[in-house]
Amino acid sequence: MKTKRSLFAAIAACFMVLSPPAAAERLSVAAASDLRYALDDIVALYRETHPGPIPTVIYGSSGKMTTQIIHGAPYDLFFSADIAFPQRLQAAGLAATEPAVYAIGRIVIWSNTLDASELRLPDLATDPRVRRVAIAQPAHAPYGRRAREALQATGVWDAVQPRLVFGENIAHAAQMVESGAANVGIIALSLARFPGLADHPFHLIDDDLHQPLTQGYVITERGRDNEAAWSLVRFMETDAVHRTMERYGFVIPR
Amino acid sequence: MLGLGPEDWQAIELTFRLCLYTTIILLIIATPIAWWLSSGHSPARVAIQAVVALPLVLPPTVLGFYLLIVLGPRGAVGGTLESLGLHHLAFTFEGILVASVIYSMPFAVQPLTEAFNNLGRRPVEVASSLGANAVDRFLTVILPLTRGGFVVAATLTFAHTLGEFGVILMLGGSIPGETRVLSVLIYDHTEAMNYASAHRLSLLLVIFAFLVLFVVYGITRRFRVARP
Repeated sequence: MKTKRSLFAAIAACFMVLSPPAAAERLSVAAASDLRYALDDIVALYRETHPGPIPTVIYGSSGKMTTQIIHGAPYDLFFSADIAFPQRLQAAGLAATEPAVYAIGRIVIWSNTLDASELRLPDLATDPRVRRVAIAQPAHAPYGRRAREALQATGVWDAVQPRLVFGENIAHAAQMVESGAANVGIIALSLARFPGLADHPFHLIDDDLHQPLTQGYVITERGRDNEAAWSLVRFMETDAVHRTMERYGFVIPR
Repeated sequence: MLGLGPEDWQAIELTFRLCLYTTIILLIIATPIAWWLSSGHSPARVAIQAVVALPLVLPPTVLGFYLLIVLGPRGAVGGTLESLGLHHLAFTFEGILVASVIYSMPFAVQPLTEAFNNLGRRPVEVASSLGANAVDRFLTVILPLTRGGFVVAATLTFAHTLGEFGVILMLGGSIPGETRVLSVLIYDHTEAMNYASAHRLSLLLVIFAFLVLFVVYGITRRFRVARP
């Protein structure tokens, strides 16, 4: 019965060789995409002084992350671009802490082919050089929602419609512009300050034109007993972190 | 090596594990289904054949959406697991494994059904009349005569799982070492404007996918000639 033996041996070997890695103590952080570069820097700083579990950060739109947490995604800590989402988790009984503000975000007009510092919101609808405008998906991305509000407040939302393309989250919208798929974008100031994008000028959009981008975090019900989650939250209150956040254009509430 | 970082290797290991488990599980499940499908023409068989082929036609988001609902903490399966003190399956490796098995099912069932159809029932009946029991009939008659079908089913399942994206993105999120497979990591690298990493992994997948298909077509030709 050579075939039988070798068949079973092959199957057994496959399962033995590739058993899943042992579960170590971990810290999973869900974060809004506007933090993609700032939080990477902060985690690097954090690791210099905190030998515990290395925080794993997963980026996405705040709305998508909230949906994932409601459906049981294993995140201990959630940094949202809009405090409304952590508040929604709290209402659903999925938060271990009161949602707290950690920064205020801003939106900018950015381009790597046009001089965006010369562009104003009405230009996005009228300037013939502007062919495609990338914003984040207003349905679930706070930066997209604020971009829509600013365009509505300026009275050009309807006129700009045919030029709009939607990124899944704000980093995706920025990437669409960076790659040339869209030639202008309304993106997070924190992303426009990222070294890879900072070579190109931007226009800071007046924050009277939209609701504030009040960024809030919360420790999830799952992270309640995870000491590392509390440790990272405490670290977020340090001056070093505030300086990093400010470098990326966030306003720190005092 | 190859300029790949630790998160790349982690995703490669994870993807390989997912593909391997999916292939093993599907060969075990698909064999009886394919045998049953190949043994008649009843309406029930046609219905099951259509159900098995659904993932070929449906957008991956449909499957991802339903699996998220069903396997999550409030879903029928996830909720039951939770009430038994176990963990629900959304955003876990086990969850995307279930998804992959369903998603790649047609790629295992169809080659096997065809192989069994070509084999016919005669060899099995002869073996049976010579006193071979069910296990012997399978291992010494069916398996050797349809091994080409098994190899094609296994390779296609493996390769198709490798190319999975939408279902895993919806059901798995992008959790390193758990659900961040290669396709999702490439998406992530692109979004982070980390084009060099996205490029390296993409190129790796193009080469690997070509090799797999090369092997599959090579085998199909060889076994077509060697058919009894």
